Amino acid sequence: MSEQCCETPSGSSGNVMILACSGGSNVGQLSNQAAVELTKEGFGKMFCLAGIGAHLSGFVQSAKDVPAMIAIDGCSIGCAKATLEHAGVPLKAYLVITDLGIEKNKNFDLDSETIEKVKAAVKEACKGLPVEGGSSVACCS
Amino acid sequence: MEIKVLGPGCKRCQQTEQVVNQALQELGITANLDHVKDPIEISNYGVFGTPAVVINGEVKCVGKVPSKDEVKKWLQQAK
Repeated sequence: MSEQCCETPSGSSGNVMILACSGGSNVGQLSNQAAVELTKEGFGKMFCLAGIGAHLSGFVQSAKDVPAMIAIDGCSIGCAKATLEHAGVPLKAYLVITDLGIEKNKNFDLDSETIEKVKAAVKEACKGLPVEGGSSVACCS
Repeated sequence: MEIKVLGPGCKRCQQTEQVVNQALQELGITANLDHVKDPIEISNYGVFGTPAVVINGEVKCVGKVPSKDEVKKWLQQAK
C-alpha cells in the first residue's frame, strides 16, 4: 500500500490546486468547466472553494499549505479571491475570465472553443508556480 | 486531547506520527493519538493530501511532515 501511495501523477504540475468561483453566470460556469476538464486531464486537482468559504479547517489549511494553487474568478467582482482573503489564504496564481475578453452574461451554453481558451489561460497563469517534486502536497511526493 | 495523523501508512505519514509522539513525550502531555489510514475517513477531513495532523478536530497541517517545534506549539495551544 505504501508503495502505491508514493506514486505521483505524471506531468510537471499534476498537483496544482484549482479553485473555481463556479458562479451563476457564463464566466462563473466557465471557471467551473475549465477546472473540471483540467482535473480530468491531469493538469491539477479541483478543490472545494465552498469548504474554504465555510472556514472548515481541513480545506483552509490545505489551501494554505499547498505549494501550487490557482484561483479562477469569472468576473472582476472576485468572489474566489475574496473568499481566500477572508480565510487568510495567500493567492499564488490568479485568473479573471472577463480579462480574456469574454463578456459576462447568463448564457449557460458553453462552447468548447471558449472553454479551451480559458484552460490555456489557466495553464499560462500557472507557469510561475513551483513544479511537482519534493514539495507537493500529495502523499509521499 | 485528541490527535489524529491522517495518511495511508507511507513513510512520511509514519515520520509524522513519530514527530507527534516525540513532541508529546518531551512536553509530558498525555493524549489519544490515532493514525487514520482509511481513505474514506481521511476524505471526511477535507484535506487535499497527506500526511495531515488534526488536533482536537482542527486540521493543523496538510501534505508535509511538520517539525517537532511546530507540533509542540500546536500542542501547547491546545492544552
